[in-house]
Amino acid sequence: MTIAAHPTTTRPAATPATAMKKIVILGATSGIALEVQRQLARQGRELLLVARSPQRLAELQADLLVRGAHNVSTYSADLASIQQHAAVFEFARRTFRDFDTVLLAYGSMHDQEDSETSIDVLLQELQVNFVSATAILTLFAADLERRGTGCLAAITSVAGDRARRSNYVYGSTKGALSLFLQGLRSRLHPAGVRVITIKPGPVQTPMTDHLPNSARFADPEQVARDIVRALERRSPDVLYTPRIWRYIMTAVRQIPETIFKRLSI
Amino acid sequence: MAFEVIEFAFGTLSMSSQSAAALRKQFAAPPPTEQILSWGRYPKSAHHHVHKPAWNDQVPDILKAAVPGFLLPYGLGRSYGDSCLNAGRDLVDCRRLNRILGFDESTGMLRSESGVSLSDIIDVFLPKGWFLPVTPGTRFVTVGGASANDVHGKNHHCAGTFGAHVRQIGLHRSNDGLVICNSEENSDMLHATIGGLGLTGVIAWADIQLKRVAGPWIDAESIPFQSLNTFLDLNRESNDRFEYTVAWLDCFAGKNARGIFFRGNHAADHGKEFHPRRGPKLPFALPSWMLNRYSVKAFNMAYYSIHAAKKGAVVVPYDSFFTPLDSIRQWNLLYGKQGFLQYQCVIPETNLEAFAELLDRIARSGMGSFLGVLKQFGSAPPAGMLSFPRPGLTIALDFAMRGERTLRLMQSLDEIVRQSGGALYPAKDARMSPALFEASFPRWRGFVPYIDPKISSSFWRRVTGAQ
Repeated sequence: MTIAAHPTTTRPAATPATAMKKIVILGATSGIALEVQRQLARQGRELLLVARSPQRLAELQADLLVRGAHNVSTYSADLASIQQHAAVFEFARRTFRDFDTVLLAYGSMHDQEDSETSIDVLLQELQVNFVSATAILTLFAADLERRGTGCLAAITSVAGDRARRSNYVYGSTKGALSLFLQGLRSRLHPAGVRVITIKPGPVQTPMTDHLPNSARFADPEQVARDIVRALERRSPDVLYTPRIWRYIMTAVRQIPETIFKRLSI
Repeated sequence: MAFEVIEFAFGTLSMSSQSAAALRKQFAAPPPTEQILSWGRYPKSAHHHVHKPAWNDQVPDILKAAVPGFLLPYGLGRSYGDSCLNAGRDLVDCRRLNRILGFDESTGMLRSESGVSLSDIIDVFLPKGWFLPVTPGTRFVTVGGASANDVHGKNHHCAGTFGAHVRQIGLHRSNDGLVICNSEENSDMLHATIGGLGLTGVIAWADIQLKRVAGPWIDAESIPFQSLNTFLDLNRESNDRFEYTVAWLDCFAGKNARGIFFRGNHAADHGKEFHPRRGPKLPFALPSWMLNRYSVKAFNMAYYSIHAAKKGAVVVPYDSFFTPLDSIRQWNLLYGKQGFLQYQCVIPETNLEAFAELLDRIARSGMGSFLGVLKQFGSAPPAGMLSFPRPGLTIALDFAMRGERTLRLMQSLDEIVRQSGGALYPAKDARMSPALFEASFPRWRGFVPYIDPKISSSFWRRVTGAQ
């Protein structure tokens, strides 16, 4: 065996591809967003936080400023309601000019049984996780495409890689969003706009507290670290976090449907 | 991590034999009984439910909905015994209430939610030239926990306790909503909440006066000593000149009280550059036979010899001076599956014989451990109604839990403490008798009216007989 004599493989230093400076966070009070924001604040970034509660936004703003954020703007809106999207977008365009990154972080997970028995719950899950998400992403996509720069990222889920009996409603909304992002990525690629699909495994957040074994779920801090790294770099297009889920879901996708339908997972 | 994920993933896959109905039932059923351990991992008690509010605006509903006496605020679980537990009932885990709500750069006044850890405060504010007014032996405690236990540190002789630097508290009360407590408004409630063991309500936020420091370095000195009197002389000599003093004690030396005296000040100018280390982590509970009187005695001898050999002045980073044990994460697993008990008492200085007797009894038992910590408290008035620190000598020692004989030894130490007019520290306790609690805190009945009706703890029920 020969050992290369030349200095160790020169990996291109982590490419700070997009100049990530100004980040819009849609759903700033969601469990994963909280950790992402904290890490971005530590790096001295500028943030625009969008969420429903003005009170919570004010608390977050104070926290992130002390922790080092260069600037924190907030905008209170219910993103599930598409009527409010135009105002959100206008606010970002006017007062948070030249933002370069948009992270969509909100989502909802109802009890699966409720979304089987109540059409309202089913439709609400679709509205929040898919309909409203695609609507607001489309607004921001057009702007970034026109400017020919930036990065659009959205948190979907490993649950969207294969629909399971125990949470197929949530899973299918997230799977649909992943597909949408796939198409958006192709569309925005020529313009030089990055689209990242973020697929976390189960994470310890308020959204998953009610699930069994939630104490074993991934640490949101670790997941946020992966997300921030993905936002900073040129790759990947699809981020699984923690990374092990890339392999788990690759395996899960191979199971033939005839067998999979018999599994009560 | 990876193992857990795989286990999780395949754990779910292996449930395939269960019917969908069983699965639904599992989802619908009330959350399983949750085992929450305190730092000593003794006692082992199961809780009914752990509430995890992510925002302060969610706390009032949790308080309102609760059955009387069913809640207890919980932080990082660093209390050693059962003062942070509420067996068979609920906990309100405050760790997600971890936002810094404001900071005044000119005065150093910090407003922090209750779940912010002291570690987090150091990380954010030390680079800005501010430091905690009081640093306990671990940085992994929350602001809420540090206030509720009115913790102390190596600067007790000049700065008093942590609570002495808490200027204002926002307290969620089940009946009165958010109550603002400071020296003018509800000052009695402030006094009750500091050192109040979490029983007066859920702390929403606290205003803490930070102090200016030049940087992260400490001018430290270590001096070996061979008797209690030398230790006291060292204190007398150091109290005016050193902000921080503490001693490590070889608890196998008995009455001779052999140990190392540490003292230090913030270094005036040694640069700001500092990169905290992330130490190793104890991955699992060690088998209990590994800690025996021979291995621990050998450790203590080595520790003494090493420090005695390198006595003198050095400049060290703040973390190795204040919180050396934090560098080994989960060091509590050292004591094996059965856990351990910590014994921290204070004995008036007028009663030095009692103190020597205590040391002697520990040495003769052969059950002591490597963490004998000795400190002379100052005479600052207590910041809270149930504050533990008071003038005297305090010693903290770990004892691996070995069943009855460990408990018997501690009971015999209790006798000395009681007769000497001393006290035991609730945050470290899992077994003191109601009588000793009464002797340690004779005015506890005056505290009772401040307890929130929805709140109780395993400790409180044990020492007062409350329901």
